[in-house]
Amino acid sequence: MSKTIELKKKVLSENDALAAELRATLGEKGIFSLNFVSSPGSGKTSLLERTLRELKDELNITLVAGDVQTENDANRLIAAGGEQVKPLVTGGSCHLDARMIHRLLPEINLDNTDLFIVENVGNLVCPSGYDLGEDMKVVLISVTEGDDKPLKYPSMFRRSSVMVINKIDMLELCDFSMERVRENALRINGDLKIFETSCRTGEGLEEWYAWLKEQVKQKKA
Amino acid sequence: MHELSIAQSILEIVLREAEKQKPARVVAVGLKIGALSGIYADSLEFGFDAIKKGTPLEECRLEIEEVAIRGQCHQCGHVFDVRELLFACPLCASGSIELKHGQELDIAYIEVDD
Repeated sequence: MSKTIELKKKVLSENDALAAELRATLGEKGIFSLNFVSSPGSGKTSLLERTLRELKDELNITLVAGDVQTENDANRLIAAGGEQVKPLVTGGSCHLDARMIHRLLPEINLDNTDLFIVENVGNLVCPSGYDLGEDMKVVLISVTEGDDKPLKYPSMFRRSSVMVINKIDMLELCDFSMERVRENALRINGDLKIFETSCRTGEGLEEWYAWLKEQVKQKKA
Repeated sequence: MHELSIAQSILEIVLREAEKQKPARVVAVGLKIGALSGIYADSLEFGFDAIKKGTPLEECRLEIEEVAIRGQCHQCGHVFDVRELLFACPLCASGSIELKHGQELDIAYIEVDD
């Protein structure tokens, strides 16, 4: 005799519970939090380097730099003036999960944090399902990639609130259409907030900084 | 390629459940996987079959139901199936929609044999 027993349990319920706890902890302190995702090489670290360097007098930024191997990104971010940068080496795992962030919490000075940023592992598939307790996901795409990426990785673009189109100084060298990428991204997620940046020339960064500061202010209010 | 870690989570959850059902054996696990969950069913089955060996779930199979993407328009409230990755309301064309289904990664049920 066999019988069916209803479970109705989320596979990632354990992750989700920890993420909810993180979100509540950050929320109580009025800390705005972001989870940065992209393919490898889109410029997450470059954008964060500039952000740290140029906002360090205005915002206390705590940053967790995830990488599959090496602490290179964390070292770059520390060199850029990051005073609260924590490397998180996954040793092979293709995504970060809430437990990894949770474990780092005791090392983080939340009272001295306005903005909490997690730089995820470069991967547009696996990190999409893992809630890290962030307020928003920021997805980066660079003009050296295909402008159809939002259609190829809909899950990630759907779950993101912000898209940054990076390396726009190289636009003329690439067969990348700004119009098409916007169209493709908005087809997947009509609520996406979009920025266009170049971390080499600094173009578009002022708008990005202004938005960040506004979000931090709103979260504190 | 995180299907293996998802398979591991499923195995852990079901092993805990199997303990409660003893002496009955868990023979199947019913999963609901959304079309937008980022999970490839074949890889998940492959991973699950590999890691169940040597556990009390060695004979257990996965029954996977794919869940279509369904959205609700924030503007007019219309509920609709999202087809061909067009996340826009077919009635009012708004692109501001909430997903009702399609991101599931759920264990719906287990089947036990006495």
